[in-house]
Amino acid sequence: MTTSPASNVALEDRPAVPSSSLSAGSGVGLVQRLFNAKILWPLFLLLLSLPTLLALGSVLASLFDIDTDTLSHLLEHLLPDALVNTLLLVSGTAICSAVVGVALAWLTAVCDFPLRRFFSWALLLPMAIPGYVMAFAFVGLFEFSGPVQTTIRGWFGSSSWFPDVYSFGGVTMVMSLVLYPYVYLIARNAFQTQGRRSIEAGQSLGLSPLRSFFRVSLPMARPWIVGGVLLVVMETLADFGTVATFNYDTLTTLIYKSWFSLYSLPAALQVASVLLLAVVVIMVIERRSRAAQRYSQSQHASLSSSRFVLSGKRRWAAVVFCALVFLFAFVMPSLRLLSWAMPNLGSDLNAHFFGYIWSTLSLASFATALIAVLALLLAYGARINQSLPTRFAVRTSTLGYALPGTVLAIGLFAPISMLNHWLQDAGIPASWLQGTFLIMLMAYGVRFMAVAYSPIENNYLRITPSIDDAAHSLGLTGLQVLRRVHLPIVQRGILTAMVLVFVDVMKELPITLMTRPFGFNTLAVRVFELSSEGLWQRAALPALAIMLVGLIPVMLLIRKTDQGL
Amino acid sequence: MKRATRGLVASLAATLVATVLVGCGKQADESSQQTAQAKPLVVYSSRAEHLIQPVFDLYSQQTGTEIQFITDKAGVLIERLKQEGESTSADVFITVDAGNLGYAAAEGLLLPLQSPVLEANVPAHLRDEQNHWTGLSLRARTIVYSTERVSPEELNTYEALGGDNWEGLLCLRTSKKVYNQSLVAMLIASHGEEKTQQVVEAWVNNLAVAPLSNDTKVMEAIVAGQCDVGIVNTYYYGRLKVKTPDLPLALFWPNQQIEDASSAGVHVNISGAGVLKHSKQAAAAQEFVEWMASDDAQAIFGGVNQEYPINPAIAVDPEVKSWGDFKASELPLSRAYELQPAAVKLMDRAGYR
Repeated sequence: MTTSPASNVALEDRPAVPSSSLSAGSGVGLVQRLFNAKILWPLFLLLLSLPTLLALGSVLASLFDIDTDTLSHLLEHLLPDALVNTLLLVSGTAICSAVVGVALAWLTAVCDFPLRRFFSWALLLPMAIPGYVMAFAFVGLFEFSGPVQTTIRGWFGSSSWFPDVYSFGGVTMVMSLVLYPYVYLIARNAFQTQGRRSIEAGQSLGLSPLRSFFRVSLPMARPWIVGGVLLVVMETLADFGTVATFNYDTLTTLIYKSWFSLYSLPAALQVASVLLLAVVVIMVIERRSRAAQRYSQSQHASLSSSRFVLSGKRRWAAVVFCALVFLFAFVMPSLRLLSWAMPNLGSDLNAHFFGYIWSTLSLASFATALIAVLALLLAYGARINQSLPTRFAVRTSTLGYALPGTVLAIGLFAPISMLNHWLQDAGIPASWLQGTFLIMLMAYGVRFMAVAYSPIENNYLRITPSIDDAAHSLGLTGLQVLRRVHLPIVQRGILTAMVLVFVDVMKELPITLMTRPFGFNTLAVRVFELSSEGLWQRAALPALAIMLVGLIPVMLLIRKTDQGL
Repeated sequence: MKRATRGLVASLAATLVATVLVGCGKQADESSQQTAQAKPLVVYSSRAEHLIQPVFDLYSQQTGTEIQFITDKAGVLIERLKQEGESTSADVFITVDAGNLGYAAAEGLLLPLQSPVLEANVPAHLRDEQNHWTGLSLRARTIVYSTERVSPEELNTYEALGGDNWEGLLCLRTSKKVYNQSLVAMLIASHGEEKTQQVVEAWVNNLAVAPLSNDTKVMEAIVAGQCDVGIVNTYYYGRLKVKTPDLPLALFWPNQQIEDASSAGVHVNISGAGVLKHSKQAAAAQEFVEWMASDDAQAIFGGVNQEYPINPAIAVDPEVKSWGDFKASELPLSRAYELQPAAVKLMDRAGYR
């Protein structure tokens, strides 16, 4: 299952095979020639990472002019607590999401138990709930004045034993409930592509399902799981809405406080830079630990016949576990939203509302297609060319996910306005630079590349370099290798990436707010506008719609992957 | 599978083309309209869409001037305006607090307005001293109490909520909300930092629970018996009252008996607007801002959200009126911006989270 890295080196040195026999037209021929010109790949990838580089650059540039006044105040009164809170929250959320996500993924991908088919897609749904919406629903239910504690007081007279919702436990729980699907989806993809043989290997060794999981499946899925958890970590670091609902102060809280309350954007960007550097360190460590291992696998990935059929207690334990997660992560918040939405349904379900759904849907589809293609090219480029510029380009492109959306949005806006000024000074019309879909999509690309790249890259690990060699020796050229050899193997990864990006774009707020054309509203914008004025009753309907629209790609994905590719 | 992927890709491509076509079609429509009619006014607003759209619609209806707008957080819009500089297409900036208007003015984004109309309609302390911005509606922040456990005679001033009699009975919203920041900024304006910090520390000592995330939660906590008094914006009370007519809460107007003008009256903030310096149609923009301060617009500008009109001569909505009349603080609101960072830092020092 593992291959020595040596064959990679051999691949690097191989000159491109001419493709005269297959170039149907001059257009196709040109594309193929460009694909084969390995010298162009680093350049192309660097170009792809340029927007991210510029955005991160304008954030890091703040370090040249330190706002000592604001920072010393933060340092003295807020930073120590915020730092501890952030560390606790990130590690708590990472651990909870990993445990829940991996367990659910393994159960639904490898085992067989009642309702497995239903849970395999249903457990993804919480991903479509924006974190702050989940937080609000959760807090509303379980706080002192909420229905749960009120009922308890009605029965027992006191609810003082009930754990405080506004606590580390509360915020970690909510954060994990909305973020575990990232790990679940990616780990599920890993377990599915491990193939029948790894399970058969366990079975033939006489291992119990649980042992087989710890000894075979889990070690083999490690890079996937780590990749998924890394997304969770970045999302947690960047979150503002959820922690704000709990009034739980993290580094992101300090960023917002510096900018919006102390009127110091420089100080905000300086704190953001620290956050960014922390993420870079985490990523480097992850890369180092991964470099030593290879996870190639044969492509016979069908699982249909060899699931572990759970029996007796285990069977029901699996059902109860899945049901509990589903209950807390989905049923509870959606019922809460539904109860809010019902009274206003008549007046709010109008033509405008369907307009929001349409714009959300088309925007998310468009962005998803674009980002998936770019991420595939990025992963392909990183595979065939492992030079320093390539690796640099790939790493930078995936950093946009770590910053709070608002900071990234403003970081992106700076180079765009600079370009705008230059073009205007040069007398070139530049109206396309403001409030157009072009800029919007570019910004989404910067933000969500990591989300798309991670699953695709992991599935690339499944292709041994020897397969490329074989393809080349058969006379296939770059584009053909990508299309005929790589695509069939990585397409699960691409589909996973597409679902993640689709749902993330639907929920996205700061970039959408800043780059949208006049009068363009998405469901997320709607939720924000109404909830920012405290109108949760009316924000519930668009929030529910986000979940329903998010259902579409989730269903498609699960149907495709469960058929066994 | 391959076919399915292709189908998916094809449908995505079709959506893409459709989006672009719709987008271009729209833009073409707009540009043809622009040549036919007056240029639309462009507004950057941190006041939410559902609160300003009715005002814009009325203006378009009365004058034929189209209004385009985007909404976002005030701080983000200010940064955006700074970066756009002269090339901005925005004409008017609307916020829901005086602090951010002051910030925009300090950053040189706003145009001073010489306007007899605004001077006539808007009290001086609710406008910028240099005329960079004007208030358009009043948001009053006052004390709310449980009618079951508190009698109004026990209440007096904001400062007195720090007294021993309220120990463990007070609920506050987080200090991160601008309404509390401007309240404390105005306390600093009346008492100076030292005395204000004592007041805030006393509040913190009296808290029944850690600060809550919004005003509605403060009121719900009082109803549930977690605490007895709190500080909220009146329109949140109004909304809760609509939902539950027999709400066991009432508003109390503090600081009414005080002679000293610097600390007398209920704390108010504004939702307001300014004309942008780089507006290409500043005269039309000013006309629009003046219109928003006029009788026609005032009836809905604050009214849609149960806020108070900026012009004291205009009648208040009967429901809002039923909460009682009060004397509002007359400290100039331009101080809200100057003192806000000091207020935020003071609250941090006092441990008010």
